[in-house]
Amino acid sequence: MAVGENPSQSLSPVMDSPSLRELQQPLLAGVGCGPPVQKPGEPQLGPPFGETAFAESLRGWQLLPPPLPTVSAGLGEPGPPDLEHPQRQEQQHFPSLDDKPQFPGASAEFVDKLEFIQPNVISGIPVYRVMDRQGQIVNPSEDPHLPQETVLKFYKSMTLLNTMDRILYESQRQGRISFYMTNYGEEGTHVGSAAALDSTDLVFGQYREAGVLMYRDYPLELFMAQCYGNASDLGKGRQMPVHYGCKERHFVTISSPLATQIPQAVGAAYAAKRANANRVVICYFGEGAASEGDAHAGFNFAATLECPVIFFCRNNGYAISTPTSEQYRGDGIAARGPGYGIMSIRVDGNDVFAVYNATKEARRRAVAENQPFLIEAMTYRIGHHSTSDDSSAYRSVDEVNYWDKQDHPISRLRHYLQGRGWWDDEQEKAWRKQSRKKVMEAFEQAERKPKPNPNLLFSDVYQEMPAQLRKQQESLARHLQAYGEHYPLDHFEK
Amino acid sequence: MGPPLRPNQCRSRLGAPPSLPAVCGRVARNPGLQVGMAAFAATAGRLLGLRAAGTEGRLLRLRGAGLQWALLQPASATGDAAQRRQVAHFTFQPDPEPQEYGQTQKMNLFQAITSALDNSLAKDPTAGKDRVFNTPLCEQGIVGFGIGIAVTGATAIAEIQFADYIFPAFDQIVNEAAKYRYRSGDLFNCGSLTIRAPWGCVGHGALYHSQSPEAFFAHCPGIKVVVPRSPFQAKGLLLSCIEDKNPCIFFEPKILYRAAVEQVPVEPYHIPLSQAEVIQEGSDVTLVAWGTQVHVMREVASMAQEKLGVSCEVIDLKTILPWDMDTVCKSVIKTGRLLISHEAPLTGGFASEISSTVQEECFLNLEAPISRVCGYDTPFPHIFEPFYIPDKWKCYDALRKMINY
Repeated sequence: MAVGENPSQSLSPVMDSPSLRELQQPLLAGVGCGPPVQKPGEPQLGPPFGETAFAESLRGWQLLPPPLPTVSAGLGEPGPPDLEHPQRQEQQHFPSLDDKPQFPGASAEFVDKLEFIQPNVISGIPVYRVMDRQGQIVNPSEDPHLPQETVLKFYKSMTLLNTMDRILYESQRQGRISFYMTNYGEEGTHVGSAAALDSTDLVFGQYREAGVLMYRDYPLELFMAQCYGNASDLGKGRQMPVHYGCKERHFVTISSPLATQIPQAVGAAYAAKRANANRVVICYFGEGAASEGDAHAGFNFAATLECPVIFFCRNNGYAISTPTSEQYRGDGIAARGPGYGIMSIRVDGNDVFAVYNATKEARRRAVAENQPFLIEAMTYRIGHHSTSDDSSAYRSVDEVNYWDKQDHPISRLRHYLQGRGWWDDEQEKAWRKQSRKKVMEAFEQAERKPKPNPNLLFSDVYQEMPAQLRKQQESLARHLQAYGEHYPLDHFEK
Repeated sequence: MGPPLRPNQCRSRLGAPPSLPAVCGRVARNPGLQVGMAAFAATAGRLLGLRAAGTEGRLLRLRGAGLQWALLQPASATGDAAQRRQVAHFTFQPDPEPQEYGQTQKMNLFQAITSALDNSLAKDPTAGKDRVFNTPLCEQGIVGFGIGIAVTGATAIAEIQFADYIFPAFDQIVNEAAKYRYRSGDLFNCGSLTIRAPWGCVGHGALYHSQSPEAFFAHCPGIKVVVPRSPFQAKGLLLSCIEDKNPCIFFEPKILYRAAVEQVPVEPYHIPLSQAEVIQEGSDVTLVAWGTQVHVMREVASMAQEKLGVSCEVIDLKTILPWDMDTVCKSVIKTGRLLISHEAPLTGGFASEISSTVQEECFLNLEAPISRVCGYDTPFPHIFEPFYIPDKWKCYDALRKMINY
């Protein structure tokens, strides 16, 4: 590498002949500006502080013997600035260190009193709400004044989801499907946030966000098809129940590993920003998944790379059997946002209008300002974690009943609707009957449909099927010809 | 009028000295079709930890506060040849200048990579300089973020600083990237993601700057794993990986970054994936390798010809997953003998997969047991590297034993 070339070209990990200049990359390179170009004849780059900046601090220092050379982290050893030859430093003019620290890593004042910052968990971030538990608007200026039709859609989405949950949970108990996860108590978080988005905003979920799909009019038939893994399943029967996905409705297919969707959502938001798409990406996860490294990664990337993403945390009190007291010790998830430089809010997740308002505003600003927003929606998981869980093993039935009876998003909204004269008991009865009928019909149909052709076991691993895999597919076909009677071929499409 | 700047949006907000270029305001919006991204995780400890002072006779003089801190003498000044560091265990063999891709230029391997990336970025000339950027230091984030970009259809090229550090991203690669298309029934995919990482031994990289982790990923249906042997191969294979509609991992033999120089076409071109190349025909033994080790095998083939009169067929596998069984088996059917060599440890290394398949397909053609010459089942050592690596002497010796079986 010739002198005068951009030293960044030499930043490769090969170990031959590094020049001193290569070693001495400016200590501020991490600010994202790239290393300054080293011109021929220029003095070696040392720390970019003018001599005057060190004058005071070195006054006493010069009397000490020189420190022994230390083994640095491989940065080479730039040493302290050469005070005898100030012209060897790059000419920089900075205010004196007396006024303000100049560290690249943080901007703050000096303080001369030793004091640790106390985490505030007693009176932490307050919970934003619009309605009280009786469905009364607390502060009229926060009422979103949504039209009747919209609020009825909220209500019907939540209740239809609730009905579908009951029936599918039962169907698992009866051995008709292998597995199910209900959404009891969290319907408000789904519908309030989904309603605040554009229909083309991309959704990355965890696994307890079926209400978002419900709000986007995903047909019952397809919910069921996925749970049954039948031939109508868009996912081609590959995943366990509740791992929904829908390209048309911009809902990325669910995967089981927790929090993996978080950095992905951030990347998708970045791409949307670059494409001028005027879209936001929303990313749902629970308070348990927020402990994963991927959550930390996602938050940090979203902030540093300025991505229009909404992080929506459903804090429902439990990660299977792990209560929040064993999940974190700080003030929930919302308090982490400011640590990353992220605008954050905590909302009442059982108040569909609070969820709506927060998501709406977050969406508006995320797109306009290209920055992430963190919404922590406080709620309660009324159901078991899944059909593989019996939560009476780790929490009291009283606790569950309390939330079911005293603070449920569906009943709160119903109170609101009834208060406005938009709903009554007659309509409630009729809707319950109608929604149950719809669900049962879809359920029976799904049950009758065959499963997909076993050849679909082999496709979509890659876009094109590799030769080895085709051989394996043929091998299974031959095997079934000889041993087919031992396999449930009757239930599968030919 | 643009949207309001949020507080602290300008990167110079931290009170950094004003001479630093401030990146303020919103990222320029461009209707680019593709996004090329190289995440250069700036890591002082990892990257620069390799630049040991005093390499190859360079004298470092450090001054400070008027005191002389002269430290290190050139190694040759001691006059002790044994102190000098080992030369490379191979000689890079350039391929003849390619004729069919237009004008060529002398490039080393990293320049060839850069050329491929430039070609790729140039496909969308409207897009701005913000397409190549740093991320926070977090491999799981780098790969997860890249997956997310690819899910929207844009192209993402994610760089992991060393293959040794790819493991935090293992979950994102294996559980997410590889399975995206399959698990969604082809509703979604991240095919436009390519992950690149420096790979393989480098003379003094030790445990964490020398690894060849291809075997971990070979076990993961849904991704492709590619290792080039030369600058010309690297550019063509990397461009194929970028264009490929499946997530790809591209391992770059770092020891070849500067050591390998040859004529490389300036324009883009593609070398097909999953196609092994017989780079030298022979009749007595098949030698299979990838990356740097291909050059070792070439030398072994010369040694075998010279010392034993044995004619070797040398195959560069190039793509580890999905791998080209047909070319390898066809060769073994002809020669009857197979030697596979890689730096990665023996047990569970990719040679075991090749060996197992070849004995299934070519059992009756084999004249001798299949030989694997690999790294030992230890972490990659520092000072013992010359003893660890599967050098030409070990390969030659294994070949000799096979011939005499």
